[in-house]
Amino acid sequence: MKFRVAREVLSDAVAWTARSLPPRPSVPVLAGILLEVQGASLSVSGFDYEVSARAEVDVSSTEDGRTLVPGRLLAEIVRALPPHPVDVVAEGARLAISCGNARFSLPTLPVEDYPSLPSLPSTAGVVDSDAFAEAVGQVAVAAGRDDTLPMLTGVRLEIEDDRVTLAATDRYRLAVREFAWRPEVSGLSAAVLVPARTLADAAKTLTSGPEVVLSLSSGGAGEGILGLSGKDRQTTTRLLDAEFVKYRAIMPNESASHALLPVGAFTDAAKRVALVAERGTPLRCEFTPGQVTLRAGGTDDEGQAEERCDVEFDGDPLTIGFNPTFLLDGLASVHTERARMDFTSALKPAVLSGHEEPAEDGAPRPGSYRYLIMPVRLPG
Amino acid sequence: MQGMRSEASVLHLDLDAFFAAVEQRDKPSLRGRPVVVGGTGGRGVVSTASYEARAYGARSAMSTAEARRRCPPGTAFLGGRFAAYSVTSRVVMDLLRELSPLVEQVSVDEAYVDLAAGDHDLSVAGLTALARDLKERIHAATGGVRGSVGIGSSKTMTKIGSELDKPDGLLVVPAGSELDVLHPLPVRSLPGVGPATGDRLSAVGVRTVGDLHERSLTDLVALVGQAHGTGLFRLARALDDRPVVPDREAKSVSAERTYATDLTDLGRLQSEIRWLADRVVARLQKEGTAGRTVTLKFRRYDFTTLTRSQTLPQPVDDARTVTDVATRLLAGIDRTGGVRLLGVGVSALATYVQGDLFAPDEAPVVIDTEEDEEETPAPQSRSWHPGQDVAHAEMGSGWVWGSGLGRVTVRFEGPLTPPGPVRTYAVDDPALVPAEPPDWRGTEDQKSRS
Repeated sequence: MKFRVAREVLSDAVAWTARSLPPRPSVPVLAGILLEVQGASLSVSGFDYEVSARAEVDVSSTEDGRTLVPGRLLAEIVRALPPHPVDVVAEGARLAISCGNARFSLPTLPVEDYPSLPSLPSTAGVVDSDAFAEAVGQVAVAAGRDDTLPMLTGVRLEIEDDRVTLAATDRYRLAVREFAWRPEVSGLSAAVLVPARTLADAAKTLTSGPEVVLSLSSGGAGEGILGLSGKDRQTTTRLLDAEFVKYRAIMPNESASHALLPVGAFTDAAKRVALVAERGTPLRCEFTPGQVTLRAGGTDDEGQAEERCDVEFDGDPLTIGFNPTFLLDGLASVHTERARMDFTSALKPAVLSGHEEPAEDGAPRPGSYRYLIMPVRLPG
Repeated sequence: MQGMRSEASVLHLDLDAFFAAVEQRDKPSLRGRPVVVGGTGGRGVVSTASYEARAYGARSAMSTAEARRRCPPGTAFLGGRFAAYSVTSRVVMDLLRELSPLVEQVSVDEAYVDLAAGDHDLSVAGLTALARDLKERIHAATGGVRGSVGIGSSKTMTKIGSELDKPDGLLVVPAGSELDVLHPLPVRSLPGVGPATGDRLSAVGVRTVGDLHERSLTDLVALVGQAHGTGLFRLARALDDRPVVPDREAKSVSAERTYATDLTDLGRLQSEIRWLADRVVARLQKEGTAGRTVTLKFRRYDFTTLTRSQTLPQPVDDARTVTDVATRLLAGIDRTGGVRLLGVGVSALATYVQGDLFAPDEAPVVIDTEEDEEETPAPQSRSWHPGQDVAHAEMGSGWVWGSGLGRVTVRFEGPLTPPGPVRTYAVDDPALVPAEPPDWRGTEDQKSRS
């Protein structure tokens, strides 16, 4: 194996692949990055049986071949190289890297022990890469991090012909986003549960091309795989084998009152007041016509804070408490100038959604986003 | 090192044999006789023994079986009537709040009062008069309950003071004379000095608080450890500046049960956990609190006791979550040999509760329906416990004297009647029903009955 490649090209590909390397590999070879040269193409791959990542870059090669090198070390070296073309040569059981005046020689791992990466399942459809990244980011924020309930660590991905719905919840909030896509065959219907962190990571890093291709094999008993391919990069993740909650049943379908919040100003106020809200203590939001008063803290041995913010509010005055993190996560995810918040009561979930300003051509922005927050029950 | 107040302005009240005193008030036939209140089952423990029963050696925390051996025939062994105790306790606590806004209730029958926060004459004569008046008013308002009062410059001094002169005691320890009172006392009379510490101290010749005073801090720490040693060093010098804190908030809520026979069946253990969790949650909800830490207490057949706990990301107050967590904790415990006691507790309390999107809608915490009927180890509807308040369609109000073999014996009397007659019924006699505690302050119904 012998090739020459631009330093930036190599470091992007290696850094992207290295992200999915397991921090504590179950077998040593899984800590490796597999380099494969075939003609003018280099593929850079990583795999830990759950997630696979594979980036392809153009190189000028004089000798095909494949070699497995310690992944993190390779990533660190490549990132630190000077801005010159990089020459990589396999020399027996070592890999030589030279760039400018720098020379490295890395030990290699037994490439014959490396598992073969899962092949991409059959294509399900195609989605705009930026829209996909936004939607996944908006939803994954609500996923749980506690592994004891695997269902809560996933993003539910539902396909119904030309609509895709993503949903995630940690049981305190629930985020749901719909968007349009182009299914490979019309009438496609599927629902799978994808590990939230992996999906969020992948979606965010697959935006270099205009589109992302989703491929799906929903074999039972933990065999299901989701594949995502963008320009020059593809990743697969094993699906979670768990039922998702019947989240549609808890979406409120009417509201007793609602507020229109200026997202920037309200977020800044909430962040300031939340400074005194110690670990999980609630942010009180007192809505009255024309304004909301935010309060936090309050007992003698805590700090106290209060801030008023002008909002549009329609309904009977309402005092509702939220975990500040949950509220701020939602505000940061609506991606509109103003957000709408619908309330049923101080004990029922509040629904945050983007408020679409009337566009000049009157066309509604495609997609929808709803973020439910279960309030904190306030004392008294 | 912080010291103490320069005046005797802390009052400690400890009601004398409180549960037994309430029983004797409500059951005239028991006045002047030994009464033991506590668990009456196979493994019951004495909560309170009347002074008549104490004369025979019955003590709190002794097993009821041991108390039965010591006390003569005719001793009344009663299960508790906590509703009655709590009504009476409230009357007493209200009297204390008339003295000062700073009342720290330690338990149903014990409280501290900060007299400095009231407008009182803090001379020895003034305090003695105040205490005497308080005791009389408690006796009158409760229909006969007596209490012991200690007044001094710190919580420790007042607690020791009320203990020294029990029952019906009154001891004012003027500021400056603390050590004169303390030093002749045996070390065991200090709070926190139990048999183990007592033995260790006695082994090095420390028998009185005075002996303790002569020991250096280094000696004491070497003997009983850092925290305890420092505590003893301060106690021997009457150094205690803990404030009287009104409405001290509960730090945890728990419930536990001891079983007459060791439990081994997993299904039964799980239903017991659910039963305990329901009770804990009912109390949490009543107080409007929730907690992040769920604890399972587990005592094996051989008395080894362990606790396991899990802290959740958010405070919870729903029975399902508490049950689930406690059941998970149980799964990690070796249950071989059986379980003698189970307890479920919730701590890290907070007054706010993060709602759960998937919780059943506003689930009221009631014991679940049919399913639980079978599994709940609660007594059957027609079982009577000794001391229980009952009412009979013809005979009026009374209390359960005893039951067994399908019969229940009732004595018909109340706090305002003379000792009354005894009748026996079938346990399922429809004319006999459980009743609320009688009102010692007098109602027409009780006065008209003979």
